[in-house]
Amino acid sequence: MSPAAATTVPRLHAKARLARDEVRGRDVLLYPEGVVVLNPTGAEILRLCDGSRSVASVVAALTARYGAAGAIAEDVTAFLDPLAAKGLVVFGPPAPAP
Amino acid sequence: MVPKPLWLLAELTYRCPLQCPYCSNPLEFAGPRFKHELTTDEWCRVFREAHALGVLQLGLSGGEPTLRPDLETLVGAAHELGLYTSLITSAYRLTEARLAALRQAGLDHVQISLQAADAELSDAIAGAAAYRDKLAAYRATRELGFPLTVNVVLHRRNLHQVEALIRLAESLGAERLELANTQFYGWALHNRDALMPTRAQLDRAWEVIGRERARLGSALEIVWVLPDYHERYPKPCMGGWGRAYMTVTPAGEVWPCHAAGRITTLAFTNVRERPLDWIWHQSDAFTRFRGEAWMPEPCRSCPRRAEDFGGCRCQAFLIAGDAALTDPVCSLAPTRHLVDAAVAAGERAAAAEPAAPGWVYRAARASRALAAPG
Repeated sequence: MSPAAATTVPRLHAKARLARDEVRGRDVLLYPEGVVVLNPTGAEILRLCDGSRSVASVVAALTARYGAAGAIAEDVTAFLDPLAAKGLVVFGPPAPAP
Repeated sequence: MVPKPLWLLAELTYRCPLQCPYCSNPLEFAGPRFKHELTTDEWCRVFREAHALGVLQLGLSGGEPTLRPDLETLVGAAHELGLYTSLITSAYRLTEARLAALRQAGLDHVQISLQAADAELSDAIAGAAAYRDKLAAYRATRELGFPLTVNVVLHRRNLHQVEALIRLAESLGAERLELANTQFYGWALHNRDALMPTRAQLDRAWEVIGRERARLGSALEIVWVLPDYHERYPKPCMGGWGRAYMTVTPAGEVWPCHAAGRITTLAFTNVRERPLDWIWHQSDAFTRFRGEAWMPEPCRSCPRRAEDFGGCRCQAFLIAGDAALTDPVCSLAPTRHLVDAAVAAGERAAAAEPAAPGWVYRAARASRALAAPG
């Protein structure tokens, strides 16, 4: 799987659900026969992947909160690509220009 | 610190229209131990207690879970708690309308079994004309937007169809294909000589899977459940005893796995007697083999013990007669010769076919006959 282009629009696959694991105090991604444990940053990235933002605008939203755009772009890609390889995240085509 | 469970398998009933000879249900499924099925309210309480204990994944299984008329209510209760809910079904007589109602109730994922790639062999193994219903249900499942898993239990009579099974799952639009080599418990153990694959069959199937995985990439995930008798080391059964998993049987007994009820030296507790939290933390069945203190040699000093947890307690009991021994599948176990003998018996039976012994179908009458004393 090639890395996601910045203009593509990431979202969770229909089979995956972001959930709060109250008992262990953490966020998780649930899917058929599996659980991915998320750190707070990962959960925040996935909450931004709502099907309306491109990868670039997910990075922009995080940069606005935390600064350091270069490192954040790398983190987002490094986080999303393995989930895409597992089929849990899909990248839609870039949104048409308004 | 004692870990918390992630998974609950709810065996809603042991009634089933299919009669697969490798069924993992207990041989005595038709007997009094499993007769008084939990009510709707009791199951809902079990789900609440499981969720409070840390369970995130729920499997609704059986028997055939769609025989429960309250299935939609149970799915709704699980969904409200936020459990990721999978229906594990044969799809016999499962209509699109029922699937739509389950979707509406919040079901997340459907797993449908298949016995072989064509109707004739599939129905012969199931002991019921179910193939047509299954294909219709696969299509309905996809149309309704469910993620779909196709599950096939593999054995000597269908291993030659691995390639056809992959092509079929692909054409049905499945996301996952579980090719699960028979694990020898319950009816499968009873029918072991008739089901045991040959080494040549396994090698050939493994080759096909390598090729097909490369062709399909992430379009279809192919899960290969290892034929553990043919392995050198045991499986990390259930991710360790009492670490992540629990099964509740139709009448409410709680087991550390769906085969553990056969271990006669353990005391099991029922959800009608105690809360799930107590059962997980205090009951004999869950505490006896949790951790490493129970381990004998060669496990106790083995560097693999944190990976495979000593293998399977049920297998140690069923094959070697003592649940506290190393899994006989392990090549380091003093009882490994018993597994080698079973593998050799399978090779001999394969060579003798078609004169080899047949299997006993999983059916209520056979269950009562097998459970009868003498």
